[in-house]
Amino acid sequence: MDIPILSLLILIPTIGAFFILLTKAKSEKYNSHKYISVFISVINFILSIYLWYKFDNSNPDFQFVENRDWIYGFINYKIGVDGISILFIILTAFITPLCILSVNSTIKNRLKDFLIAILIMESLMIGVFCSLDLVIFYLFFEGGLIPMFLIIGIWGGERRVYSAFKFFLYTLLGSVLMLIAIIYIYWITGTTDVEKLYQIGIEAKYQKILWLAFFSSFAVKTPMWPVHTWLPDAHVEAPTAGSVLLAAILLKMAGYGFIRFSIGLFPIGSEYFVSLIYGLSLVAIIYTSLVALMQEDMKKLIAYSSVAHMGFVTLGIFTLTQQGLEGSIFQMISHGIISAALFLCVGVIYERMHTREIKKYGGIILVMPKYSIIFMIFTLGALGLPGTTGFVGEFLILMGAFIDNFLIAVIASFGVILGAAYMLWLYKRVVFGEIINKDLKNLIDLNKSELFILTLLAIPSLFFGFYPEPLINTVETSVSYLINNYNASLEIYLANNK
Amino acid sequence: MMSEIYYVIPEIFLSLSLMFLLLIGVFKKNGSTIVHNLSLLILIIEIPLILNVPSSSEYLIFNESYKIDYLSNFIKILIVISTLFVLLTSSEYLKSIKIFNIEYPILILSSILGMMVMVSSNDLIVFYIGLELQSLALYVLASFNRDNILSSESGLKYFVLSALSSGLLLYGCSLIYGFSSSTNFLQISYNYNESTQGIIFGMVFILVGLAFKISAVPFHMWAPDVYQGSPTSVTLFFAILPKIAALTAFIRFLYTPFVNLIDQWQTIIIFLSIASMLFGAVAAIGQKNLKRLIAYSSISHMGYALAGLSTGTNQGIQSSVSYISIYLIMNLAFFSSIFMLKKDQRYYESIDDLSGLSKNHPILSLSLLIVLFSLAGIPPLAGFFAKFYVFMAVIEQSMFFLAIIGLLSTVIAAFYYLRIIKIIYFDKDIGKYDTDHNIGLKISLIFTTILILIYFVYPSSLIYFVSKINLV
Repeated sequence: MDIPILSLLILIPTIGAFFILLTKAKSEKYNSHKYISVFISVINFILSIYLWYKFDNSNPDFQFVENRDWIYGFINYKIGVDGISILFIILTAFITPLCILSVNSTIKNRLKDFLIAILIMESLMIGVFCSLDLVIFYLFFEGGLIPMFLIIGIWGGERRVYSAFKFFLYTLLGSVLMLIAIIYIYWITGTTDVEKLYQIGIEAKYQKILWLAFFSSFAVKTPMWPVHTWLPDAHVEAPTAGSVLLAAILLKMAGYGFIRFSIGLFPIGSEYFVSLIYGLSLVAIIYTSLVALMQEDMKKLIAYSSVAHMGFVTLGIFTLTQQGLEGSIFQMISHGIISAALFLCVGVIYERMHTREIKKYGGIILVMPKYSIIFMIFTLGALGLPGTTGFVGEFLILMGAFIDNFLIAVIASFGVILGAAYMLWLYKRVVFGEIINKDLKNLIDLNKSELFILTLLAIPSLFFGFYPEPLINTVETSVSYLINNYNASLEIYLANNK
Repeated sequence: MMSEIYYVIPEIFLSLSLMFLLLIGVFKKNGSTIVHNLSLLILIIEIPLILNVPSSSEYLIFNESYKIDYLSNFIKILIVISTLFVLLTSSEYLKSIKIFNIEYPILILSSILGMMVMVSSNDLIVFYIGLELQSLALYVLASFNRDNILSSESGLKYFVLSALSSGLLLYGCSLIYGFSSSTNFLQISYNYNESTQGIIFGMVFILVGLAFKISAVPFHMWAPDVYQGSPTSVTLFFAILPKIAALTAFIRFLYTPFVNLIDQWQTIIIFLSIASMLFGAVAAIGQKNLKRLIAYSSISHMGYALAGLSTGTNQGIQSSVSYISIYLIMNLAFFSSIFMLKKDQRYYESIDDLSGLSKNHPILSLSLLIVLFSLAGIPPLAGFFAKFYVFMAVIEQSMFFLAIIGLLSTVIAAFYYLRIIKIIYFDKDIGKYDTDHNIGLKISLIFTTILILIYFVYPSSLIYFVSKINLV
């Protein structure tokens, strides 16, 4: 009998959360709970690596599939992974323990509840990436709202209530249309099983409207311009660990959704709306980069840069070329690591100075050399310097775009320059220069745990930057299978319409 | 004749024990505790009695005026179980506001007797008797805390408005009798054709009367005042039981006598549904009192249940019944939490009284959190599945307009549920409440909350029972 690895991956954090809920910490410092949850999430990470090890790269089908009766006869609990989703699961399992480790004095009250929320969040996020049934997917996708709402609302900054509400209502509003679409798919095809839907396909006349319904949900979550406004608010107000989860994993759900559902299920719809996506992505790349240039708050700047990066991702996905799609997946993984690290970097100095305003900083290289080096690595990663993962992703995306449409690619390339501009300018203003603010003189450099976390994030970012093979190998077969299916169904459609 | 009595043993047992309780109450001094406990016992005995009644097919008894089928038995079980929980949770409340009288359980039992007759009726007269029996008891219950001016007001308000609606309903019944020359549901459906205007008039009057009972917009005006004024335990009763019964009456009417008029009533039900969903969601935003808020929220929830009914399919009926089942669990959980907001023998029912509750009462806040997210319909909690089933049925009939309005009002409604959560979790705390609660209250809170939380593990359980309802 096989071990249901995926179910275990989903269940372990939840069980851990219940364990923490039912136990009491001995001391006032609650550290035991923190270590328990780190332990649980590390187990999950090891399990996910084992999953990767067992995963067969050359097989384009879903693997580790579990299929159980769930709702009386019509919906099955079906989960499984292919080359695309497995990377996101590993990313989730990798980021979560670091996220928990990074929790320290900033979370002053109710640490226990915070850890529970993060662990439950991990379960739901892994669930999103491995569900192979639309209803199950929706369940995990929406379920994530509850813990995130609480994380922003309880442990957030001053305007936390506003941000939490905005986050919740925006996402919910986007998703309800997807729910209608899911139910409608059930009635026109008789199933919500993704694998079966790939085989039987959805009739062409429904595809456009269904694509739009899914788009409404994913566009909010990605977030695409013009529905991106919840993201800067949510990021700024969320505690560091919350921002990390949000940027590193939550945003990837939508990109993953585009690949798995929009392209996989509605090829004709996707083809029809490619120009819409291109337009919105370009606006996101150029406009939000310009907005990022003008930000005075570090977290806000990184949040806008996330929007721009996700613009690259959507652009790459809808080039519908092998390079573009692989690049998007790569970019998502890379952004997951780098943006997480950048938020942690901001968190480090915020904890010491209690301000995120860029003006208040300057010259911290003199007092925090280690920090400045680490921060430099991630800044360069974010702007896509060769040798970091950021470069590989952006390069592949642009390559895909050039194959598809020259003009689009040229405009998008400007985004890379703008990205370099705002990141380097941020770095310059914070790290270099004279120390004007006297409080900065007393800053202490990174302590051991901070250094440990940031190094752990830097290693994959540099390693996969120099040697992207393992990641590309994993996704390659699945992506080419996806694109072949896509082209095949388009051809059939065009042949029928002649 | 004797064999027919076999089918109504639950009702007969209930009415006999009711009279017995009344005798105890009259002859035994300070008998309220014993009457209360006995009524719990009666309700527990009632469950096997109902289960014992055959439900595998339709049984028409007493000259075809009374109908026993799966739906009636299922609803009766729901009614009995939820009444059990209502009594369990309310005893502590009644004791502290000093209205722990013998009349309370007796009135509740007689009201549910009326409901049981209502859901089984297959005849206009039997139906009306059932309806009036339950309503009369409810009038008294609304003003049960007679020294409280709000309670008396709500009783009077409910009485006047409900009498009006009963009058309309009765008028509709007589129109129908006049134009179809029968009071039997099945006979009525044979005795008219679609051009009979009188039948349509009669149907509209009946639907208005029923819409009043489930407080669907635009017949909802009484609900907020009555909910707020009545003692909280009675509000709980109001929020679930009459709605279950009246919704079943809706099903009975729409799918037996008026089944051929589906084109006519479908529009009416869709209108009621959309109006209730939207109005309930929007009007609740400004509320400050928890009971008033739950009144508006229940208006909106009834809109969803009606949306299921409006489809005219079996799937739709089933989805409505499962909606109301999950709705009653959520309401039980919510009210159990409200009953815990007690300090120095005083109950707090304003939303602001919940401020910062999570600091001192983590478990209570957690269950409120679960209940509120479930009421808002966020997956993976039970409330999501309730809405999911309804929209499954609605979209099957390609009624996208209804589905989109319904889901948009979910988003609006999410706002005020989130506001309560915000007050509980994000705001400053304002002090502790008592924690020494009655064991019945604690059990019902924990039981219902866990049910809501883990419903998603095995959602087939409810579907299995509900899918046996086949009326079309």
